[in-house]
Amino acid sequence: MREVNAADITAATREMCIEACCVLPDDVRAALERARTAEESELGREVLSLLIENADIAAGQQVPLCQDTGLAIFYVEVGQEVHVTGAGLREAIDEGVRQGYRDGYLRKSVVADPFRRTNTGDNTPAVIYFDIVPGDRIKLTIAPKGAGSENMSALTMLTPADGVEGVRNFVVSRVVEAGANPCPPLVIGVGVGGTMEGAALLAKKSLVRKVGEPNPAPHLAQLEREILAAINDSGVGPQGLGGRTTALAVHVNAGPTHIACLPCAVNIQCHAARHVERVI
Amino acid sequence: MATLTTPLTEDSVRSLVAGEKVTITGVIYTGRDAAHKKLVEALDRGERLPVDLRDQIIYYVGPCPPKPGWAIGSAGPTTSYRMDPYAPRLIEIGLRGMIGKGLRSPAVVEAMKRCGAVYLVALGGAGALLAQRIKKAEVIAYPELGAEAVYRLEVVDFPVIVGIDTAGRDAYAQGTAKYARAGG
Ligand code: SF4
Repeated sequence: MREVNAADITAATREMCIEACCVLPDDVRAALERARTAEESELGREVLSLLIENADIAAGQQVPLCQDTGLAIFYVEVGQEVHVTGAGLREAIDEGVRQGYRDGYLRKSVVADPFRRTNTGDNTPAVIYFDIVPGDRIKLTIAPKGAGSENMSALTMLTPADGVEGVRNFVVSRVVEAGANPCPPLVIGVGVGGTMEGAALLAKKSLVRKVGEPNPAPHLAQLEREILAAINDSGVGPQGLGGRTTALAVHVNAGPTHIACLPCAVNIQCHAARHVERVI
Repeated sequence: MATLTTPLTEDSVRSLVAGEKVTITGVIYTGRDAAHKKLVEALDRGERLPVDLRDQIIYYVGPCPPKPGWAIGSAGPTTSYRMDPYAPRLIEIGLRGMIGKGLRSPAVVEAMKRCGAVYLVALGGAGALLAQRIKKAEVIAYPELGAEAVYRLEVVDFPVIVGIDTAGRDAYAQGTAKYARAGG
């Protein structure tokens, strides 16, 4: 059994929060540059240039790209041969979030109760999804999620008869209705199959894929291309001010489901598609 | 490019056209969900507001804390529709401009047309860039709300686009229609 000290997890988590909020991942930056080259709208190209400039300022000055530094969402793969010592794993991550959001001058955006709405003051609790995997490592992925794009997300329980067309129509109409609200250009996470909550998680997890990397299954990659083309035909464009680049990519994740079910979730990600991975 | 200086006048606001680029120099105030709720509750109780909003601009923003040496942390716009239930009340008492991002409700646009107020949009997600145009920030009301408190900001050449003008023309709808393709 390999032992990992909780303090090491806290230290890693602290750094990951700051890096994620200040440095736009290379794949996202590259996607914005490709979009700028392809964009037909002059205003759209200008918007994309400013977003790239903003990312450079943030990385250079180590300030957050966007003031909505989000809920701290973690995907944690825990090897079954690891033993965490010194504190609980969840506690260790929350402590890292507390320190990272304080030391990185990140905004604290968590309220403890959805009705009373008192800010917890330190951006905890983090939202953590654990997975037990073979091996003796712990893999942490953080993807801070802002509310502008999260609020435009949606879920529906389709029937098997609705099929691919049902999924395509639901996703495209949701994204087009959202218009400027979620800060386009977007990455669209689509989860199909599983259960109600399972589809939502499939959609969310697809957002940590490299931007534009296709699903390995050809029929799902095909669906990604079709949805992307339809979304970009809408004309919504960068910031919703008109243009060709409403979305940079569509990521579809699918999973086994019930004979009677076709759950479909769309989790919208803004251009601040932040994520950082670390293996301990 | 037009420059707006606060306090605004009804005439200068009525001359703005959707889609036009504008910069703002002067004092603006921040306010988002929680502050809007408090402002409107104060009006309902017949109280004076902690800030005189006549001919002023509210920026829908909840900034990050400032790093040492910065006036303010990252400070881009938040999505405006969440303020729609409150905005008409503030427009009726003389609020002249709002800065945010995203779509507005028909009731807000109606109040803007009637009273002569403008909806300006800033670049969503460009908080680091926009923070550089904010030279001074101080909390002037509801400090208990943290990032949601009302701040008085001094801005220089703060870049925005006229999102919806006082005739109800909408830059989002116009831009989208221009680039929409059949089947899209
Ligand atoms: S939607 Fe994204 S880019 Fe826009 S304000 Fe929210 S976190 Fe920032």
